[in-house]
Amino acid sequence: MSVELRYSRSARSLKKSAWVNVGIRLSAIIMALLFTSVILLIAKANPLQAYKSILHGAFGSTIKLTSVIASWVPLVIATSGLLFTFTAGLWNIGMEGQIIMGSVFAVGAFRFLDDTSLAPALVITLAFVAGAVGGILWALLPGLMKIFGGVNEIFGGLGLNFVAKTVAIWLIFGPWKRPGVASGSGTEWIDIQYRLPYLPGTNLSLTILIIAVIIAIITAVMLKGTHFGLRLKAIGKNDKAAYILGVPTSRYFLLAFGICGFFAGIAGSILVTSKQYSLIPDAGFGYGFLGLLVAMLVNYHPIWSSVVALFFAALSIGNTELQYMGLNSYFAGVLQGFLVLFVVLVDGVRKQLVKTR
Amino acid sequence: MFTKKLWLSLSVLLVAVLVLSACAAPAPTEAPAPEVPAATEAPAATEAPAATEAPAKAPVIGLLLIGPANDAGWSQAHYESMAYVKDKIPGTELLYLENVYTGSTSHTQTPAELAADMVTKGANIIIFNSDDQKDNAIKFAQEHPDVFVIHPSGDAAWKEGKNYANLPNMKNIMGEMEYGKMIAGCAAALTTQTGKIGFLGPLINEETRRFAASAYLGAKYCWENYLQKDPADLEFKVTWIGFWFNIPGVTLDPTQVSDDFYNTGYDVVISSIDTTEALVEAKRLAADGKKVWAVPYDYYGACEGAQEVCLGVEYFNWGFAYVDAIKSAMDGTWKSSFELVPPDWKDINNPDTSGVGFIKGGGLSAENAAKVDQFIAELGAGLNLWKGPLNLQDGTVYLADGEVATIQQIWYLPKLLEGMEGQSE
Repeated sequence: MSVELRYSRSARSLKKSAWVNVGIRLSAIIMALLFTSVILLIAKANPLQAYKSILHGAFGSTIKLTSVIASWVPLVIATSGLLFTFTAGLWNIGMEGQIIMGSVFAVGAFRFLDDTSLAPALVITLAFVAGAVGGILWALLPGLMKIFGGVNEIFGGLGLNFVAKTVAIWLIFGPWKRPGVASGSGTEWIDIQYRLPYLPGTNLSLTILIIAVIIAIITAVMLKGTHFGLRLKAIGKNDKAAYILGVPTSRYFLLAFGICGFFAGIAGSILVTSKQYSLIPDAGFGYGFLGLLVAMLVNYHPIWSSVVALFFAALSIGNTELQYMGLNSYFAGVLQGFLVLFVVLVDGVRKQLVKTR
Repeated sequence: MFTKKLWLSLSVLLVAVLVLSACAAPAPTEAPAPEVPAATEAPAATEAPAATEAPAKAPVIGLLLIGPANDAGWSQAHYESMAYVKDKIPGTELLYLENVYTGSTSHTQTPAELAADMVTKGANIIIFNSDDQKDNAIKFAQEHPDVFVIHPSGDAAWKEGKNYANLPNMKNIMGEMEYGKMIAGCAAALTTQTGKIGFLGPLINEETRRFAASAYLGAKYCWENYLQKDPADLEFKVTWIGFWFNIPGVTLDPTQVSDDFYNTGYDVVISSIDTTEALVEAKRLAADGKKVWAVPYDYYGACEGAQEVCLGVEYFNWGFAYVDAIKSAMDGTWKSSFELVPPDWKDINNPDTSGVGFIKGGGLSAENAAKVDQFIAELGAGLNLWKGPLNLQDGTVYLADGEVATIQQIWYLPKLLEGMEGQSE
């Protein structure tokens, strides 16, 4: 009986702490909105009007709404990948570079297969495979460097981000440049038959939406409902203890990096086939970094990450509307920055309080 | 258990999407921003007539600027031309977006997507203001045959060009900046004390090659004919930064490139990028006692704030050509066309008639200013510098002795010219 009592008490406190968690996160959001409002007021803009126009800019028309979803797709894929590495206790800062490498490999595949007689659908599939390979390779590098070279994955990832971008720029201005042209505008567009078609009257390809939903589901299931996810979590909590208990940590580290890189490569291929149609210097569009923010904000929770990713996607599309108000569209970035700052800050304060208690 | 969670996650997502879209649903009935027309006005996408007919309502221009509207260069010239358009066509409405370029952190959407959104806001004429937006301009024009598209600097509407795409709703408009660059080159050659001219180039393509070459031809002509000096003693070096303006981490830094020019004996830098780093750097160095000058580009007011080192600015005057195009869209006489807008040699700074102008800067001596005027007069009288013998940079013959270049030959100049130093492609 005492066991039952204790259980119900701890369940109650668990529930309570869940509500406290939500409250804390909400307070962070409110604080971020307040601080951004102050800055908007300093810039002599009406904050309510600004937030309203961001909302309108994100959801005011079918074009906008589908743009938000199209932007959600690579973000949620990137975040999903990062959830694997975060769960394993790894900081995969190199995500952006992995997306860029996915784009590089996908564009490379299109260039290689352009003049073949293969069916377009097959070429697109092969380009996705190539993109995935590029992402995986680029993700395994910091993993291998960590395991065999003792290099912290944060530094490995940071360095490889720069290398990936440099490789892209080199290709754009070098071997892959348009004939007679050397321009940061990017490489020649892939042939129209290789571009994923949009749903009529929208900015969204159904294919990429399906891919994203599948990836989000796989991520939630694998992390929350399999032994694999459990082991990954064990490693993330304490890799030495997990190792002693018989979990092959190195292999799991590499697996987490590999899965993350796979998703990054898919995201890169999606950006090539449904948005940019070419390789550009910033081929990752910052989705790798944004994914890190999303994952941190939701405390590495797969389901919530889909929702929060949608919020960030809406912010990134809606911010354009600020320009019509005569405001700089970087204001959405200010809000984004404050959000992250306050969530991290509030979380830190909460932990301090728990400790002292 | 897992399926339960799965359903939970999916339904949360779905609910979120529905809630958010429901929240937004009433928004279109409100006017979202001062300059945006009320949403009750024409949803042009569905109601606008075919491109060859007139739109029923006043023009609503959607302008996509590659840079900021106050860049003192290419984008500002476009932005300010809109005031001229509004003045000449009362009732014109303007929607504009800044920093619309590849990889811009200001916009997650592509230029074509941003333009499509402008159409939902009522725009019936879209101006893609940059070469960088070329592919997007063509894609948009294909997907929106009922919207008029103007793409300055492009050639998709040029029947005799290399990249002709049959798009009835597309117009290309471009000032004949070859002349502007020649004048800039002349002013530079007359002023340089070291005989070394630097050319701060953007990215490399047909347009930038022919403008660099034009500047060189103007410099060489004035060097030879006004100063009676040997062309072999004139150094003309082109450094390309890789884009129309500085993008940290992607392009070379134009401030650094200008600085390198000035510190290696190139005392005049002709800028051909969208922004004014060369002029700013010249001013900084001149304040330290260095004798250096710059020629900015694009915008008639570019010399402002640095007159003492500014030799003048060759600029675009877009307004009146846009007025003609927009009027034709309204009155039903619109035709797809490729229009080169020449300088008005009677007065190259006439805002109503001259597509290209040159405003002399405070750094140009009175004596040299007179020579520049003389050069402009000669050009107006028919002097053609695109005439053989001219060789390409690699020594191959470009124009035989006495041969005059066709427009195509100039427009699609394959390499820099002999006598110029720098990367050709």
